[in-house]
Amino acid sequence: MPVKTYRDALRDAMAEEMRRDESVVLLGEDIGVYGGTHLVTNNLIDEFGPTRVIDTPIAENGFTGAAIGMAMGGMRPIVEMMTWNFSFLAADQIIQNAAKLRYFSGGQVSVPLVIRGPNGGGVQLSAQHTHSLEGFYGHFPGLTVVSPVTPHDAKGMMLTAIREPDPVIFLEAGALYGTKGEVEDGDYTVPFGKARIAREGTDVSLISYGRQVPMLLRVAETLEGEGIDAEVIDLRSIRPFDSETIVNSVKKTNRAVVVQEQWRWFSVASEVAAILQEQAFDYLDAPVERVSGAEVPAPYARNLELAAFPNEQQIAEAVHRVLYRKDN
Amino acid sequence: MATTQNEGKKRRTATTPAKRGATAERQDHQQLDPQKLLDFYRKMVEIRLFEDAAQKGFRTGKIGGYLHVYSGQEAVATGFLDAYEPGDRIITAYRDHAHALLLGSTPNEVMAELYGKGTGLVKGKGGSMHLFDVKNGFWGGYGIVGGHIPLGVGMAYSLRYLKTDGIVQLYLGDGAIHNGAFHEAANLAGLWGRDGLNPTLFILENNQYGMGTSVERATAQTDLGAKFDSYGIEHEKVDGMDLDAVLEVAHRAAKRVRESGKPYAVEALTYRLVPHGAADFLEKYRTKEEVREWKQRDPIALVEHELLESGEISEEQISQIRDENKKLIDEAVKFAEESPEPDLSELKTDVYATAV
Ligand SMILES: Cc1ncc(C[n+]2csc(CCOP(=O)(O)OP(=O)(O)O)c2C)c(N)n1
Ligand SMILES: [Mg+2]
Repeated sequence: MPVKTYRDALRDAMAEEMRRDESVVLLGEDIGVYGGTHLVTNNLIDEFGPTRVIDTPIAENGFTGAAIGMAMGGMRPIVEMMTWNFSFLAADQIIQNAAKLRYFSGGQVSVPLVIRGPNGGGVQLSAQHTHSLEGFYGHFPGLTVVSPVTPHDAKGMMLTAIREPDPVIFLEAGALYGTKGEVEDGDYTVPFGKARIAREGTDVSLISYGRQVPMLLRVAETLEGEGIDAEVIDLRSIRPFDSETIVNSVKKTNRAVVVQEQWRWFSVASEVAAILQEQAFDYLDAPVERVSGAEVPAPYARNLELAAFPNEQQIAEAVHRVLYRKDN
Repeated sequence: MATTQNEGKKRRTATTPAKRGATAERQDHQQLDPQKLLDFYRKMVEIRLFEDAAQKGFRTGKIGGYLHVYSGQEAVATGFLDAYEPGDRIITAYRDHAHALLLGSTPNEVMAELYGKGTGLVKGKGGSMHLFDVKNGFWGGYGIVGGHIPLGVGMAYSLRYLKTDGIVQLYLGDGAIHNGAFHEAANLAGLWGRDGLNPTLFILENNQYGMGTSVERATAQTDLGAKFDSYGIEHEKVDGMDLDAVLEVAHRAAKRVRESGKPYAVEALTYRLVPHGAADFLEKYRTKEEVREWKQRDPIALVEHELLESGEISEEQISQIRDENKKLIDEAVKFAEESPEPDLSELKTDVYATAV
């Protein structure tokens, strides 16, 4: 199977679907002539031209709203948020229109829209440019929120997203654009609402999504050296949510550590912990641990930023706590 | 309605250097005292060398995050901030190093901030995009395009509400002007200015691109000054590569805003001689020739030329200034490199007024 980067897998999905379906267009800042800030749309303007690869001014509220209008008009727009940090300017359109139009029109209106871009921090972009928004967007009924980790999933989930009849918040792991993996050629989809078991294990369930997943796999290897067999679950989809996979995992391991970069209050990890206590209470041998970002705006300095995000040691310590073992 | 104070003067105002005519002729506005010009020159060289060193720090991985340097645009902030008076407030976006240095922040503390050190201007917490030095009137350093514009307008209201005679110098880019925040805030400024409650001097730094998108590719109304017309804000244009021209407009415009309490806008036509950010290497959106042409109008070279022409300053003095600045910036780099990282306890301070 061909090996591709996460970035190219995304681009392939969009380009292939644009060839199949003329209603698909791309909009965003510097996605055409400039090539895309993260090169995810690089060269697409050469093939599809400026009416399908639309460079916009810096006007997130306006062009996201216009994309919703295009979707209402029968098109399938894919909006690039240069980074998700800028989506706050478009949040009114996303939340007030895209998420609710079907409902408040009594089912008459569909908004088949994908909004995509890099999410999360880790490269010292500091307070205004560092957010992990899965919990934020996951809050709103009417939105579908997903976050692929592997190049294979990036392509398959993008194709699912474009074909959805409702708006999809597609949170790319910015830190993983350059990572490589096997990607099938041609048309295949990865369904939403289905988590992926990235590593099977029996002693503890490590649950996360996005750029934390590769980190959890590294932690699992370290734990193996200590005789701890960790299962790693990549949620993939924040909304809809696959309760079944995590509940089944915990029924086997009896312990769970949920890891996320975002702030803990009112977050995905909080939701996961709540689901586990509702649906797997009798199987839990320890309280569910949540390892999250520090409750501060993201700092710039390298040492402060490292301290603000979950790291391998913190995760290992949380695993030791749920296993009632001493840290080594 | 654009004011045309300079009408009739021979002015280089076109959008490309070529259109300006290849003339080396100076404008006929008042020539500066050469000693004063020399001071400006010294400062502009300092800024340029600072930015060169910052880019080097970025390339060698010592500076992280985003880094946007000001090279090519020095005459704009140098000219306008000469009209700064204590009590004024200055606010800009992320291309903010020059503004901090001109207002009196030291190269050491600015460089240390870029290096993410505890001795930095904001203790290593904000980095390049979020320089602040409130004691000098510098109110930041913002990363979300357009997001600072309403803040500037609100601060201007507060200055008159609290009965001071300060003004706000509000810098924004040609890309930011298409953002809703600009339009909402400019409308407020015009409205509040009717009652003398909005001393905002908008300084539109039109470097002709927002990242890779040229003005023509971003708007059908390419006369950006005209955007201010909709909000009842008078405006004019200036050649932002020409320090003398900027100085003349800056002092006049600042005085007018200070006296009237009404907003006013100046569009400074300028050019970024460097990529948008230090991480950008592809420049598919502009040609090498275009950049080369604009280099001929490098604002620092123009001042240098003027100094030499005046006959009062020698080549030796010029190179001495360069050497002194080189030393100053080398020291700043050394200071930044040797400074300690922020103490880890700083992670949790400054979230609320009271530590939690
Ligand atoms: C709301 C928002 N959208 C996008 C960006 C990404 N971005 C950073 S700078 C920039 C271009 C801004 O251009 P301009 O206002 O002309 O300022 P210049 O960089 O030319 O100084 C863009 C799109 C951002 N920081 N904020
Ligand atoms: Mg610009």
